[in-house]
Amino acid sequence: MNDSQTATKFDIPLVVNGKTITVHAFPMERLLDVLRVQIGLTGTKEGCGEGECGSCSVLVDGALVNSCLIPVLQASGTHITTIEGLATDKRLHALQQAFLDFGGAQCGICTPGMILAAVHLLSKNPQPTGADIREGLSGNLCRCTGYLQIFEAVADAAVRCRQ
Amino acid sequence: MTKDRIVGKSVPRLEGRDKVTGASRYVDDMELPGMLYGATVRSRIARGKIKSITFLPTVKWDEFVVVTAKDIPGKNCIALIGDDQPCLAQELINHPEEPILLLAHPDRNLLAKAVEAVSIEYDPLPPIFTIEESEKLSEIIWGTDNNFKSYLIEKGNVENAFKNADFMVEAEYATGAQEQLYIENNGMIAVFDPQQGVTVWGSLQCPYYVHRALMELCGLPEDRVRVVQLETGGAFGGKEEYPSMLAAHATLLAVKSGKPVKIVYDRMEDMAATTKRHPSRTRHRTAVSKDGKILGGEIEFTIDGGAYKTLSPVVLSRGALHAGGPYYWPSVRIRAKAMATNAPPHGAFRGFGAPQSLFAMERHMDFIAQTLGISPIEVRRRNFLKPGQTTTTEQVINEQIGLGKLLDRALELSDYRTKKEKFAQANLSADRKNGIGIAAFLHGAGFTGSGERYLNSLVGVETCPDGTVRVLVSSTEFGQGTKTVLCQIAAEALGLRYEDVGIAQPDTQKVPNSGPTVASRTIMVVGKLVHSAALAIVQTLRSGGLLGEVYSPEEFRAACRKHVAQNGTFRSLARYQQAEDISWDEENYRGAAYAAFAWAVYVAEVTVDLTSYSVTVDDFVCLQEVGRVLHPVLAAGQIIGGVAQGIGFALYEKVIWDKGRMKNGQMTNYIMPTSADIPPIRVFFEELGNVHGAFGAKGIGELPVDGPAPAIVNAISNALGISFNSVPLLPEDIFEALSSNVSHDTLPALADSKQ
Repeated sequence: MNDSQTATKFDIPLVVNGKTITVHAFPMERLLDVLRVQIGLTGTKEGCGEGECGSCSVLVDGALVNSCLIPVLQASGTHITTIEGLATDKRLHALQQAFLDFGGAQCGICTPGMILAAVHLLSKNPQPTGADIREGLSGNLCRCTGYLQIFEAVADAAVRCRQ
Repeated sequence: MTKDRIVGKSVPRLEGRDKVTGASRYVDDMELPGMLYGATVRSRIARGKIKSITFLPTVKWDEFVVVTAKDIPGKNCIALIGDDQPCLAQELINHPEEPILLLAHPDRNLLAKAVEAVSIEYDPLPPIFTIEESEKLSEIIWGTDNNFKSYLIEKGNVENAFKNADFMVEAEYATGAQEQLYIENNGMIAVFDPQQGVTVWGSLQCPYYVHRALMELCGLPEDRVRVVQLETGGAFGGKEEYPSMLAAHATLLAVKSGKPVKIVYDRMEDMAATTKRHPSRTRHRTAVSKDGKILGGEIEFTIDGGAYKTLSPVVLSRGALHAGGPYYWPSVRIRAKAMATNAPPHGAFRGFGAPQSLFAMERHMDFIAQTLGISPIEVRRRNFLKPGQTTTTEQVINEQIGLGKLLDRALELSDYRTKKEKFAQANLSADRKNGIGIAAFLHGAGFTGSGERYLNSLVGVETCPDGTVRVLVSSTEFGQGTKTVLCQIAAEALGLRYEDVGIAQPDTQKVPNSGPTVASRTIMVVGKLVHSAALAIVQTLRSGGLLGEVYSPEEFRAACRKHVAQNGTFRSLARYQQAEDISWDEENYRGAAYAAFAWAVYVAEVTVDLTSYSVTVDDFVCLQEVGRVLHPVLAAGQIIGGVAQGIGFALYEKVIWDKGRMKNGQMTNYIMPTSADIPPIRVFFEELGNVHGAFGAKGIGELPVDGPAPAIVNAISNALGISFNSVPLLPEDIFEALSSNVSHDTLPALADSKQ
């Protein structure tokens, strides 16, 4: 994504999972690589590197993005949420708990991105219908589950979040 | 059965918390100090000889580590069934993704440019790309006849059956390649130390396959090769054999550089270079009586193995052994063969040959029904295997199966009869035509024939000095729930709580060889051994007077601590022993092919849109008998996920070949089902139990991939009144069939008159 022998690195401020940090990176470096390699947040996964599978999904200022398609400069000054930012004080987020209870995670590689897509869905639509859930998660591919147990998990978490 | 406390309950997935919090460590999450990144230079032609290799001056080559076939310390092969596949091509090229050179550099961003800067000249040879070209022998690309393996299964007198037939029903069926498409690409890290030898960490299914391959490659003894499985992001058979290749490549770079080396494929390389489901062709020629009974038949099952033998003989075997479906054949002749082509080797993918031959069998049953003018339901019912009858290999069915009952229940749950009638009426005038189809099938659990005896699996359960218990197996978790269910089994047997039992990460230095994690064998075969090893611990503690008849987890821990203090490490091992009623004649392919079969009837309901020619699956009923269900949520997850892969196999997933190379190796243009494509998949289990498996379990993982393609294509054929005999079946195929009256059999949509 960059030619490290000719380009120049910049200081880029980010707010990641509530913490303000500055990374020193090439402007066109993928946000995915900066999160994983520089910041060490390896919960964000690479599945295809071209924005098809959604495994690298993170929230940037509340919007769901594929971090493999975002140059880090574009994220400068934004608030980023990764999977590591969801659980608080060892207490799982309602969606994480529901994924555990309903079998929403099998091999686990799509799970971080899938859960963030679900967080995004519930933030926009706290009472999603079955069709809303299908649509809301359709940018995130899962090869293990066949999705149905993920739908159940999201529907259950939606109820838990409203309570 | 009701007395079980843990088995049969949906306990939390053992490693689930790490997976939902992002804490799980997969291979690309692991970094070692001073690590280099590796890349592979591959051939660009399908067949030929390497003439020259030039390193173009656009790259600072002195910064790179370069490995060629000459750097291999031991044998230049990836040891598996045969030793025909080189680790790196030396001269001869047999497929367009053949690895030739390896490169490593501390900056992974510089690798792509360096791979491009290696210029290779070839003397090309004529390649072959199809089963038919391979059979013609115009070019011999493997052995003396392009044939990796053949099998012949014979039962009864087929010629007599042909003589006595009221109808001869003949047709040919085909299935395409399918990419496993695990979301985590293949990846491996290797470290070499002159004293300790090689250690690799990676994404893999079978640690001891990799172990053996590295021993041969490096010429090292077994205690100087160590293989550790990391969290593995999906596999489905796609990480059964290929990790040995990747581990070999990372190892060669680590040996040459003296540094840790990581190779992680990107999606395009993974899709292009690694194995896929074997394309297949099946020909059926069946003698049938006028009342719909199969009298006998010939089945020719042929698979395209790609350029090297790899696992093709075993895939072929399983395909051949499932080719007759769940039916009674008074006589049958099954000829199976695996042929070589100049494509990357095809390999293991969930189902392992059975989805291919069962697609043919189950489409053929509908064709027989249409030919005779009886319903697809009746033709199946009249031919179902019954207890006491024999399979195509003359294995006596001594399970109390009731396929008729499974069928009845599936018809009821899917409302089959009402819907079929309703669709037949409504379809006359509609632009969106509905159809409903069924598939009945079986799947053998565990290795074929004497395979389990050769594997000779060993399992351990040990108590640690603090009194806790650990299961020791090389069986791997890659989504199915291996760790969870094996811990359930151990906890149940030990009389402990689920949370009292742990399991070691598969590491060839720490766990015994419990065999590969394939063939729906883990819970049935390995689970049973875990059960035995655990029971032996209780027995030892009791006979030593350390444990009473009734005990609490605390008392158990105290007893273990005492035993360890007195006797040191307390490890209970259990080795596989073949049951007496399982005997197999490998030479004649006759006898008990599998210790147990799972049985199923699936029903698919579809809509075909005559404007876009697209197919939607509207409802999917899965009824199966898989022995006892040890974890309802995980078991349902296996079925739903398998059906989703089967839907992809039937309707979306088409590998487009261009001179032996996958042309659409991206998620953008190789289409797998998304959340918007999945119908309600309704899962039902009949639980009859099974004497060979832990707590009555049979294999479950592969079964659900066998049924969807035939059920869906039967439903589409029902909707349109046209026979489709191959998958994947894309909208353009349906368009073409509907536009041409010549090239396809046009058959009337039949009502079920004889139900």
